[in-house]
Amino acid sequence: MAEYTIKVRRFQPESGEGPYWEEFNVDLDPSLSVLDGLLQAKDRDDGSLSVRCSCRAAICGSCGMKINGQSGLGCKTQIGEAQEQADKTASAVGNDSSSIPIVIEPMGNMPVIKDLITDMESTHWTKIRRVTPWLLPHGEPPEREYIVESESMIDITQSMACIQCGACVSSCLSMEADPDFIGPAALAKAYRFVGDPRDAESKERLHDLAHDPHGIYDCTHCFSCIDACPKGVAPMDQIMRLRRKAGEEGIEDPNSGHDHEIAFVKIIEKKGTLDESLLLQESFAPGIKGKLKPNKRAIREMLGSIPTAIRGIKTGKMRSLPKLIPGIHHKLPGDAQDDVKAIYKHAEEHSEEFNLYIKGEEGELVDEDVEKGIERSTDPDTAEAK
Amino acid sequence: MSVGIISKVHPVRSHSNAAQGGINAALNPGDSWESHAFDTIKGSDYLGDQDAVEVMTREAPEEILHLEHLGVTFHRNEEGKLGTRAFGGASAARTYYVADITGQAIMHVLYEQLMKYSEQIARYEEWFCSSLALDENGECCGVVTRNVADGSMELFQAKAVILCTGGNGMVWQPTTNALICTGDGIAMAYRAGAKLMDMEMIQYHPTTLAGKGFLITEGARGEGAHLLNAKGERFMEKYAPNKMELASRDVVSRAEQTEINEGRGFPDGTVALDITVVPKKRVHEALREIVLVGRDFAGVDITREPIHIKPGNHYTMGGVKTDIDGRTDIPGLYSAGETACVSVHGGNRLGANSLLDTLIFGKRSGRDAASRAKRMELSRPSKQALEDEENLVADLISREKGSGRRISEIKRELGQTMDAKVAVFRDEAGITEALEIVRRLKEEAKTAYIDDHGSVFNQDLIGAIELGYMLDNAECTCVAALERKESRGAQYRTDFPERNDEEWLKHIDLERTEDGPAMTYSEVTITQWEPQERTY
Repeated sequence: MAEYTIKVRRFQPESGEGPYWEEFNVDLDPSLSVLDGLLQAKDRDDGSLSVRCSCRAAICGSCGMKINGQSGLGCKTQIGEAQEQADKTASAVGNDSSSIPIVIEPMGNMPVIKDLITDMESTHWTKIRRVTPWLLPHGEPPEREYIVESESMIDITQSMACIQCGACVSSCLSMEADPDFIGPAALAKAYRFVGDPRDAESKERLHDLAHDPHGIYDCTHCFSCIDACPKGVAPMDQIMRLRRKAGEEGIEDPNSGHDHEIAFVKIIEKKGTLDESLLLQESFAPGIKGKLKPNKRAIREMLGSIPTAIRGIKTGKMRSLPKLIPGIHHKLPGDAQDDVKAIYKHAEEHSEEFNLYIKGEEGELVDEDVEKGIERSTDPDTAEAK
Repeated sequence: MSVGIISKVHPVRSHSNAAQGGINAALNPGDSWESHAFDTIKGSDYLGDQDAVEVMTREAPEEILHLEHLGVTFHRNEEGKLGTRAFGGASAARTYYVADITGQAIMHVLYEQLMKYSEQIARYEEWFCSSLALDENGECCGVVTRNVADGSMELFQAKAVILCTGGNGMVWQPTTNALICTGDGIAMAYRAGAKLMDMEMIQYHPTTLAGKGFLITEGARGEGAHLLNAKGERFMEKYAPNKMELASRDVVSRAEQTEINEGRGFPDGTVALDITVVPKKRVHEALREIVLVGRDFAGVDITREPIHIKPGNHYTMGGVKTDIDGRTDIPGLYSAGETACVSVHGGNRLGANSLLDTLIFGKRSGRDAASRAKRMELSRPSKQALEDEENLVADLISREKGSGRRISEIKRELGQTMDAKVAVFRDEAGITEALEIVRRLKEEAKTAYIDDHGSVFNQDLIGAIELGYMLDNAECTCVAALERKESRGAQYRTDFPERNDEEWLKHIDLERTEDGPAMTYSEVTITQWEPQERTY
C-alpha cells in the first residue's frame, strides 16, 4: 500500500461553474491502476466523480483519459508508474518532487460532458462512420468461408485489436490543427478493410481517403498516436500502409510523399549520403524521362522550391546547385559505400511488416536477431534510420 | 418492423469483448455436431437440456460461416481456410478464433453491421433499463429507461423485449467480469414475475490473476500450457489423467483449489500457469492479449516465466428460464446469452460455448420476437411502471448523506461474502451465513445514500439501482445452492460430495414472492445421452 494524490480536472455541467481542479488522496498498492485510484476516490469521497469504465483490463476501451498529459487508458496505467512519471517531470523542471500529484484530465480533441467523460459520438464515432466501416464484398458469399492467406488475416488483426478507446484521437496533433482530420482511429479502421482480401472496394476506399483533404495525407508523422495506443495498433503505421497502397495504386499524392520516399531510398543506396539537390528533382520528376519531359506539376513544384533551395545553399544544408545533370555530389569512400549496400541488403531480406501479432515486442525482435548472430551497427545515425 | 437496441454502455464496451479464446462449432470434416453436443452435455454434468444443446451445436457451423462472411478476421490455416485450436472439455479441436480477441473481433464486426444498417435499427447508446412494463394481460409491452446522458426517463413501448444484459459476476469479488455485469436482466425479469433457473451454477474459471481477477484465456492451455503447483508438479495428472489441463473448467478449478487448500500452492494462494512451453512465435500470434495482461497487470513476461493464477468468478450458467426460442414465462419477454438459461450449459459451461450460446439463441429470440410482433397490435402500457421508477429515483436522491451506509461498502461486503461462502467449495453452514448477510444487505440498501444528485451521467444513481439487481441475484443463488443437496458441475457441496441423479437430475426454478424466491423443479430434457459417470 502507498498513498497517492490524484489531481483531477473536474467539470460539473449542472453547477453553472467552469472546470476546476480537485485533489483526492488515495491509498492503494502501486501495481493497481490509476482507474483503481479514481474508483477509490469515487467510492470513499465523492460519488459524483464521473469516469466511464467497465472491464478494468484494457479490453472495453471506456476509460480513455490523459494522465500527466499523456493520453491512454486509466485501467492500464499503474498508479505507481504514474507517480514516478509525475516526479520525474517535476524534478526535470527543478520542482520539489516530494508532493507532486498525478494529474488526470479528460481526453483531448473532444468536448467534455462531465469530469472525465467526453463526447465521443460527435468526434470519434462520426469519424469512424466516415470511412464506411463495414466489409464491402462483391457478389454472393461463397458456400463455405472465403479462402484467404493466413498472413493477411494476421496483418489486419493488428487494426482489429483497436478497442475504440479514443486515446489516439486525444493525442493527435494533426487533429488539433485540423479538427476535420479523419484521424488515427478511423484510418486504422479503414486499413482493416483495405487490407482485407475479402473487401472488393479497397481501391475506391483508397481514392476516397487520398482525395479527402482531411484524409491520409493530413497526418504529420508525429508518432503521438503510436505512443498513446494501449493495444499496439500503431495507428500511424496503418496510415502509412494506406499511403503505400495508394502509391502502388498510382494515386497522386499531394505531398509527393510516395515518390519522395522512393527518391530518398534510391539516392542513399547510390551515394551513401543524401544529395539534397537531387532529392527535389527525383521526387517530382523522377529519372531521365521525368527530366526530359517534366510535367506541369513538376515544373510548378521545382520553381516553387527555389526559395527553399536558396536558403538551403546559404545555410550549407545543400552543398551543390540544383542541376539537370546529377553527379557532382560525392560518393562515400569504397568500403563505407559497401556497408551502406549491406544495410540495404539486410533490410530487403527482413522486409516483413512490423506487426506485433507476428513479431512480438520490439525489444524481443532485437534479442532474437542477436541470438541469430546478426551484427548490428552501433552507429547512432544508422540506428535511428532503422 | 421497427427494432431498437438499448445499451447502458456504448455497445462496443459490452462484456462479450472479454471472450478471448474462441467459439466452438463442428465445422471440420470428420467432426460432428453430435460429438460437440456430447462434450457440451458431459461438460454440463448432464444438467444441460439436450434438445437445446442439439439446436445450438447443429446451428453452430452456419453461424461461424455467417460471421466470417460479415467480416470477422478468423484465424486461417495454411490452406487459407478457417483454422481451429483445442479447448477444454472438447474431444476435437473445434474452436474458431481471432488471436485471443475473438469476442472483441466478433462484437466490433457486429457493430460495423449496426452502423451499416443504421436506417433500419435504432441505437440507444448509454440508455439504462430499470424495469419491464407489463400490460393488463401480464404480457411484456415495454421497458422503462433512463437516458444516462441527461437523466430523462422514458417508457419504450414494444411488442417484444429481448433481455441480453449478460451475467452477474459483480456479485462476487474478485471476478473476471466487467463492472457493468450486475445481473440487470436477470433481476428485471425476476421482478416482473419470470422464472429463473439453475441460479446456483456459477462458474469459477481456472486461470485468473490473484487479487485482480483478470482472465487468462483457456486458449493458453489449449495451446499447450501446463498447470504446476508450488513443488513444480503437473498436478492435473492426479485429477484428470486423460485430458489433463483441458478437463472441464469445474474439474480444473476444483483441482487447483484442492492443491491450494492442501498447502501445495504458493504463499499468495495461487498455482502456476506455465506458458513458456508454448513456442514463442505461436504465443505472439495466438496469445498476444495474454502477453499484455501478464506484462501490464502482473509484471510477468509469460514467454519467459510461469504466471501465478487461481480460480476466479467468471460465468453465470443459470439465469432467466427460456425455451429454445428464447421465450420466457412472460409472453413478449425473451432472453438470450448469459442472462438466459435455456439451458445449454447446465452445471458447467465449456470454454468457447458462451459466444455460441449468445449468437444462436440471440438469433432465435430475434426471429421469434419478430414473428410475434408481426401478428399483434402494439398494446398500451400503463404509465405505472414509469411512475414507480421515477419515485424510486426521487427516493434515492432524497436520502441524506450519512443516513445509511455507502453503496460501495455494501457492494464490497456482498462480493467478499459470496467469494468466501458460495464459490468453488460450498457447504450448508457457509451458504446459510451468506444468505443471512445478503438479506441484511438488502435492508441496508434501502437507506444507503448517494452523493450525486444531478441528471447528467449520474453514475452514482445507476450504481445504486445496480446494487438492487446484484442483491436479488445473490439471494437467488444462495437459495438454490442451499437447496441442491448434491455435487454437480460448479455446485460442489463438501457436505454432499457425490452427484445424485436419483434425486437431483432436475432444475431448480425460482419465482419471486414477497418473502423471497419460491422454489419449484423442472425436468432435464434427455434426448439420446443418458447420464454417465464423468471423468476426464
